[in-house]
Amino acid sequence: MAMSGDIIANDILFEWLLRRGDTPLILGHRVSEWCGHSPVLEEDIALANVALDLIGQSRLWLTYAGEVEGKGRGENELAFLRDAWDFRNFLLAEQTNGDFGKTLMRQFLIDAYQVPFLAALESSGNERISEIAAKAGKEAVYHLDRSADLVIRLGDGTPESHKRMQTALDMLWAYTGEMFAGDAVDEAMFDASLAPKPENLRPQWQKTVDMVLDQATLKIPQSDFAHQGGLSGRHSEHLGHLLADMQFLQRAYPGATW
Amino acid sequence: MYAQMVKTDSSKVRDLSEMTDEERAFQERIDRGEKIEPTDWMPDGYRKTLIRQIGQHAHSEIVGQLPEGNWITRAPTLERKAILLAKVQDEAGHGLYLYCAAETLGVSRDELIELLHAGKMKYSSIFNYPTLTWADIGAVGWLVDGAAIMNQVPLQRTSFGPYSRAMVRICKEESFHQRQGFDIMMKMANGNSAQRHMAQDALNRFWYPSLMMFGPSDKESVHSAQSMAWKIKINTNDELRQKFVDQTVPQAEYLGLTVPDENLEWNEDKGGYDFSEPDWTEFFEVLKGNGPCNRERMEARVKAWDDGAWVRDGLMAHAEKRHASRTAAE
Repeated sequence: MAMSGDIIANDILFEWLLRRGDTPLILGHRVSEWCGHSPVLEEDIALANVALDLIGQSRLWLTYAGEVEGKGRGENELAFLRDAWDFRNFLLAEQTNGDFGKTLMRQFLIDAYQVPFLAALESSGNERISEIAAKAGKEAVYHLDRSADLVIRLGDGTPESHKRMQTALDMLWAYTGEMFAGDAVDEAMFDASLAPKPENLRPQWQKTVDMVLDQATLKIPQSDFAHQGGLSGRHSEHLGHLLADMQFLQRAYPGATW
Repeated sequence: MYAQMVKTDSSKVRDLSEMTDEERAFQERIDRGEKIEPTDWMPDGYRKTLIRQIGQHAHSEIVGQLPEGNWITRAPTLERKAILLAKVQDEAGHGLYLYCAAETLGVSRDELIELLHAGKMKYSSIFNYPTLTWADIGAVGWLVDGAAIMNQVPLQRTSFGPYSRAMVRICKEESFHQRQGFDIMMKMANGNSAQRHMAQDALNRFWYPSLMMFGPSDKESVHSAQSMAWKIKINTNDELRQKFVDQTVPQAEYLGLTVPDENLEWNEDKGGYDFSEPDWTEFFEVLKGNGPCNRERMEARVKAWDDGAWVRDGLMAHAEKRHASRTAAE
């Protein structure tokens, strides 16, 4: 097996990089679906900006993943020519937009994870990983500032906005546990000092979530049940539809240059 | 510019001797090339015309997100998706500064949006045409933004300060948009046979609607003269249309595409192309609401606004709670 600096097997690193690239890719796609339909002009701008950052992050991770894999696949082959079972994003990222409250809550729950995760990656033993994490981490910090602020304002807004934010939280909560599950790939990355163990990030995530949801006057659901499957390629029904849309041109006109 | 047929409330331009002292002083400032600022005295007609024009322009930026957004989720590469997202984000930003410029004239953004949704204000006819293939995203950048730039560059010198300053910034971004559109067209025109077909088809469908963006012929534009006297319109519709055709035809040739006009011919004497007029009946039908996408565009905007009411109300309610608790603490 080819090794990357004798630290970790390439196939493990590749798998881990897909996870990093696929979550922002799929979340960025979802956010971009809002274009022209948001509640207020400032949010049209903010949503496009967040989507743009996420697509940019995904490109960095997927390009590196392609290089590590060494089979000549670049960001576009990985984004547009894999089927759903080969995607490694969190299930949370692929959940449909719903109303603005659901989109925002999904963003907040992921941003609150990305900030400590990317910060921890800055001290990765792999220079490329730490460089990408440094860039993406700066963006994640202002994404979290925005999403946390809006969750608080809408949670503690009108009875209607409160109800919608609570509904969104109740709907999405069961998808948060997956972010901390971890598996043999994460263990290997941790053992090689390349990445944190996801479970170790939970206290920091929980602290942010507790603080923001408390200010938002929202109640955290009591259930610990967590849907799983994103990391092994067992996705929800939604991902196939998203990919049919996203991959249309590359699938319909194979080999064309765009 | 995305403003067409902006009414001025006056059928003829009065000369200086027919004006009141205030009106004359105002016109003389414009004639000297001075900028009019929001707190300066201005005739009612000037204010109303500018509100219509800037409002129509702002609405066009916002509605214009829809035909482009139609392809964001289907952009063929991640780089193209990122570029298109950045472009659409710019358009929303243009809408924002233009609404702000209009607000300096005493009308709120919400009032303008309500007028749009009630069908009492217009947006550019061009956004009532569909984007059917990826090449249409190229054509929108190349032709539609190209036509907009043709109109907006002179408007950097328009008499109303906030509008003129908004135009300076908008023009910089629009020229980047036009280049990205042309770049898409180059890839398509030099691509496989399906891509070349898409590129030609996009030009066929967007050519005449792009020519319509400049508005009807000067002979029929009853409001142009007053707008030009006030320097809120700098060139006539026909001048700009001619300039656009002269600039665009060689670009189409470079792409190896055919402009869908049998009468297109270089006229040595005038130093420009002779070309066919667009079908003005179609133009007036589109303005009346009978374009291919008018209904859908307005439905989408009204739905976004109505669905978002709880968000805007929630944000306002929270701001009021904070204000109340801060006041109580003082």
